[in-house]
Amino acid sequence: MDYALYIIALTLLGISFFKNKMKTKQALKKAWKAFENILPEFLVVIALVSFLLAVVEPAFIAQVIGSESGWTGVILATLIGAVTLIPGFVAFPTAALLLQGGAGYMQLGAFISTLMMVGIVTLPIEQKYFGLKLAMYRNGFAFLFSFLVAYTIGMVVPNL
Amino acid sequence: MKKILLRYKAFVAVSSLFILLLIYNYALGLKVLTITAYSFKEMLLVIPPIFILLGLLDVWIPKETMVKHLGPNSGFKGILLSFFLGSAASGPLYGAFPVAAVLMKKGAKFSNILIFIGAWSTTKIPMFLFELTSLGAPFAITRLLINIPGIIIIAYALEKVSSKAEIAELYSNAKKYSD
Repeated sequence: MDYALYIIALTLLGISFFKNKMKTKQALKKAWKAFENILPEFLVVIALVSFLLAVVEPAFIAQVIGSESGWTGVILATLIGAVTLIPGFVAFPTAALLLQGGAGYMQLGAFISTLMMVGIVTLPIEQKYFGLKLAMYRNGFAFLFSFLVAYTIGMVVPNL
Repeated sequence: MKKILLRYKAFVAVSSLFILLLIYNYALGLKVLTITAYSFKEMLLVIPPIFILLGLLDVWIPKETMVKHLGPNSGFKGILLSFFLGSAASGPLYGAFPVAAVLMKKGAKFSNILIFIGAWSTTKIPMFLFELTSLGAPFAITRLLINIPGIIIIAYALEKVSSKAEIAELYSNAKKYSD
């Protein structure tokens, strides 16, 4: 699973090379240029995210977004989700732990939703491709939408 | 050299802060560095292949094909395909933006690109499976069902708030970033 992307990319690269060496070389050149173009932003984002992850403890999050925390908990959960950027295969097991630790479904819905859709720390990258205005709007809409997600999950999931 | 330093100045600044942190609070500094190293490994697992795929896409898929399937007249099929492309992806959301730039360059419709971004952010199939096993089917399915209309509504709302000139500028920017 971890290497699936590499396997796909290298297989297609191999086929491409077999079919047309020149085009393949051109593709790699483009890939490198696109990568180098965004690398400075990538590096900063990764460093900032790591800092946040080191400072924020899961136990603290579970406490803040407990099942009795209501809308205050939802608001805090959306904010935590918006500023953090945790890879999915860390995020979901963490969310499961938070649930066992006493976090509520509605609050977790808010957390997961903003975690995936809203990226404050990745704004510099998004802005580069979509402009500041649209990046702000996208994150703003996704942030508001997450409350609807939380509400729906809070209504539906505990009763199932 | 000076040019490189200028481009990476924010990263140099952050690295210096990390060194200061290491001096003043060794335990926290070490924790931050360990997590940073882990995150870099994580990035190396997904980012390079995404860019290779992006390069191949750029070279091999003719503009006409893209316009036909995702362009202004692609209709409902275009929406479905955008959803599928975004959901089949893997890797963090910031990986989606360079891909979106190539889609723009190749003439995909703006709303379809926004749907693609929305799907990449939150309805990725590998992540859905993860969610299903960690938080249970009711949670994962409820979220998926509300996300599908949500992504489409957000995409069209974003298109509404952007002027034609702004969209045109993004498209010409995209050319610059992927040539």
